[in-house]
Amino acid sequence: MKATHSTLRRTAVAVATGLALSLSLAACSAAGGGSAETGTADDIAAALKEKSTITVWAWAPAVEDIAKAFEKEHPNVTVKVVNAGTGNDQYIKLQNAIKAGSGAPDIAQIEYYALPQFALSDSLADLSDFGFDEYASEYTDSTWGSVNLDGGIYALPQDSGPMAMFYNKAVFDQYGLTVPTTWDEYIATAEKLHAANPNAYITNDTGDAGFTTSMIWQAGGQPYTTTDSTDVTLNLQDEGSKKFADTWNQLLDNDLLAATPSWSDEWYKGLGDGTIATLNIGAWMPGNLESGVPEAAGDWRVAPLPTYEAGDTASAENGGGGDAILKQSKNKLVAAGFLQYMNEGEGTQISIDAGGFPSTVADLESDDFLGYESDYFGGQKINEVLVQSAKDVVTGWSYLPFQVYSNSIFSDTVGQAYADKGDINEGLTAWQKATADYGNEQGFTVTTK
Amino acid sequence: MSRYTSEKKAGKSNQGLHTKKSILLTVIMGALLIYSLLPLFWLFVNSTKTQAELLNSFGLWFSGPNALWDNIVATLTYNDGVFVRWFGNTLLYVVVGAGGATFLAALGGYGLAKFNFPGKKAVFAVVLGAVAIPGTALAVPTFLMFSQMGLTNTPWAVILPSLISPFGLYLIWTYALDAVPTEVLEAARMDGSGEFRTFFTISLKLLAPGLVTVLLFTLVATWNNYFLPLIMLSEPTWYPLTVGLNQWNQQAQTVGGDVIYNLVITGSLLTIVPIVVAFLFLQRYWQSGLAAGSVKA
Repeated sequence: MKATHSTLRRTAVAVATGLALSLSLAACSAAGGGSAETGTADDIAAALKEKSTITVWAWAPAVEDIAKAFEKEHPNVTVKVVNAGTGNDQYIKLQNAIKAGSGAPDIAQIEYYALPQFALSDSLADLSDFGFDEYASEYTDSTWGSVNLDGGIYALPQDSGPMAMFYNKAVFDQYGLTVPTTWDEYIATAEKLHAANPNAYITNDTGDAGFTTSMIWQAGGQPYTTTDSTDVTLNLQDEGSKKFADTWNQLLDNDLLAATPSWSDEWYKGLGDGTIATLNIGAWMPGNLESGVPEAAGDWRVAPLPTYEAGDTASAENGGGGDAILKQSKNKLVAAGFLQYMNEGEGTQISIDAGGFPSTVADLESDDFLGYESDYFGGQKINEVLVQSAKDVVTGWSYLPFQVYSNSIFSDTVGQAYADKGDINEGLTAWQKATADYGNEQGFTVTTK
Repeated sequence: MSRYTSEKKAGKSNQGLHTKKSILLTVIMGALLIYSLLPLFWLFVNSTKTQAELLNSFGLWFSGPNALWDNIVATLTYNDGVFVRWFGNTLLYVVVGAGGATFLAALGGYGLAKFNFPGKKAVFAVVLGAVAIPGTALAVPTFLMFSQMGLTNTPWAVILPSLISPFGLYLIWTYALDAVPTEVLEAARMDGSGEFRTFFTISLKLLAPGLVTVLLFTLVATWNNYFLPLIMLSEPTWYPLTVGLNQWNQQAQTVGGDVIYNLVITGSLLTIVPIVVAFLFLQRYWQSGLAAGSVKA
C-alpha cells in the first residue's frame, strides 16, 4: 500500500502538469466571483450577517459541537462539518482537490507536520490578510511557530501536544521503580522492569515517524531546513538526531521495547494490563487513556519527559494541529470568522472539554485548567506538568514541505532498522536518502548532509 | 476465503478419479484450512465481546456474557445509523457497478469473439494491457478527470470506474469462443433473427456460467473496493462500508474520539455476510460452468 502511494503521487503529478493550463484558466474565472481575499474585523463581522454556507473538513469530534455553537450565534451562517478522513486520508483528498482546482473545503484541519506541504505550495490563504498576525501573543511560541511559515500565517492553532512521560504508577510501585528523569535512568528502569517481568516493557515502539521527529526535536536536532520554499536541506545525522538514535538504540538492541504498534487493540490492552509501563507522548493523551483504557483508571500518572542532561527541561511537540483556510474558498471572510471563533474565541473551551490540549496561553494559564484534578490520574493536577512542558518546548524546529510523504515511507526505512534490531542511525540515513530523492523528483532542490 | 471454498468443492468432484489418500496432503490441506478460517473465527468470536472484554480477554475464545446482539444493535444505530447508510451505498455500488460491469463485459467479450472487424487485434492488445494495470494506479488520474466533469463526491465517481472490467471482458471473450457455437448463430441468422435478438435470447443463456464467473469477480472487487471511494468521496454519506469502517477504526486515534473497536469488528462481520451468501449461492453456477466448458460435446 505504501509503495502504491508513491507511484500514485507521481502519476498524479504527471497528470496534474498536463492539466495545468486548463486549471489555471478555470482558476481565473473562479477568482472573478467577487469574494474578498482580505478583510478587517469589521468586514468579517459584516460577512457573518449574510446568508452563507461554509464547509469544514475536520476529524476532531469537537468541531461538530463548535459549529453548532457558532451557528447559534450567527444564524445566517451554515457550517457544514465533514469528516473526510483522519490525517493522511484527508491530506490525499485535499491534495487531489487542490490539484484538480475544485472540490476543496473552505477550512481544513491540518496537523502541524503537514502544514508546510500545503502552505508552501501556495494552497492556503495567508491569514495575515485578515489581521490574524495580531494573535501571535495569544498562542504558545511553539504552536505559533508551527503556523508561521515563510513569513505568512497559514492556520490558527487548534490543539497542541507538548510531550510528557505518562507512566503506570501501579506497575512502578509493584516493581519498586523510581520515575526516571533522564534518558539514562529511563534505560536503566527499562532493564529493571523487563528483568522483573519479561512480559513487561518500559514502552512500545515499532518505529513511528511522528515520535521519532518529536524526539529529535527534543534532543535539539534540526534536520529540516527550508529556504525560499523550494530549497531544502536534510541532515538526519545532525547532533540532535544522533543523540536520540544513540539513546534509543540501547533500548532497541537490548529488546527493551514492546513490538506493539501504537493505536492497535493490543496497544490499548498493554496500556491496561501494565505490560506497557510508560508512554512518551503529546499532552492530548489523557483523554485517549480515559476513553480507551478505562480499566486502568487511577493507575496512571504524568511526569516531565526525561531529558538527556540531569536538571534539563527540554521538551518537544508531538502531534497537534490547526485549521487553515483554503485558497479555493469562495467565502474567505466567513471562513475567517468561523476560524476565529473556533480557535481564538468560544470554541477553544468546547475543544478543551472534548479532551483537546489547548494552544492558547489564556486557556493554558487559567486557574480552572491548571487546578484540574484528574480522577483518572489519581487526583493528580496533570495540567501543571503538561503546561510546564508547553513552556519548555525547544525552539527553532521546522518540518519538511513534503513531510506527509516522508513520514509515509518511514516504516520502509527506519522501520526496517526496528524490525531487524539494527542501527537506527542507518535507518535515518536511508530515510533521508529516500526522502531527498522524492523531494528532487517533486521539483525541490534538496541538499543532504 | 472465497477461493479456498471453491477449490475445496472442485476437489470433491475429482474424488472419483483419485481415491488414494495422502496423509501428508491431508495434513497440509487441514493446516491451510485452519489458516484461512482462523481470521473468520477470530472475527466471529470477537464480535461477541464488549469493548472492555475485547481488550482484556484471549482473542481466540469467547469471554464474558455474549454481547453479539448488543454490538449489532450498537453498530446499526451508532452515529444516527450511518452504518445502514453505508450498507445501502455498498449495495448500490455493487448492484449497479458489478452488474453493469458484467453486462458490458458480456456485450464486449461476445462481440469480440463472434464478429470480425478491422482493428480487432489492436483491441485485443489494449484489453490485455488494461488487465495489467491495477485499478488503484488509475484512481488519482481518474479523480482529476472526474473533478473536471464535476462528478467527484457523487455516487457516479465510484460506479463509473467500476463498470469497466477488462479482465471480465477477456474472460467472456475466451468463454464465448467455445460456449457459443458459430453454427448456432448462423442458424439464427438464417431464421431471420437480428443480432441483438440472437444475443439476448440465445447467446446470453449459453454464456450464463461465464457471466456468473465474471459477476463473482466484479462483485467481490466492488464490495472490497477501498482506494477508489476513499479518493473520490469526501462526504461520509456516500461512503461504502470499507471506507466507513476504516473511519470508525481511526476514531480511536483522535482527540476526543470514541474507541469503538467492538463496533468496527461487528461491522466487519456484518459486512462479509452478504458476500459470503452471494458466493455460496453463485458458486454452484460457476462450477457447473467450468465443467461445461472443459468437456467437448
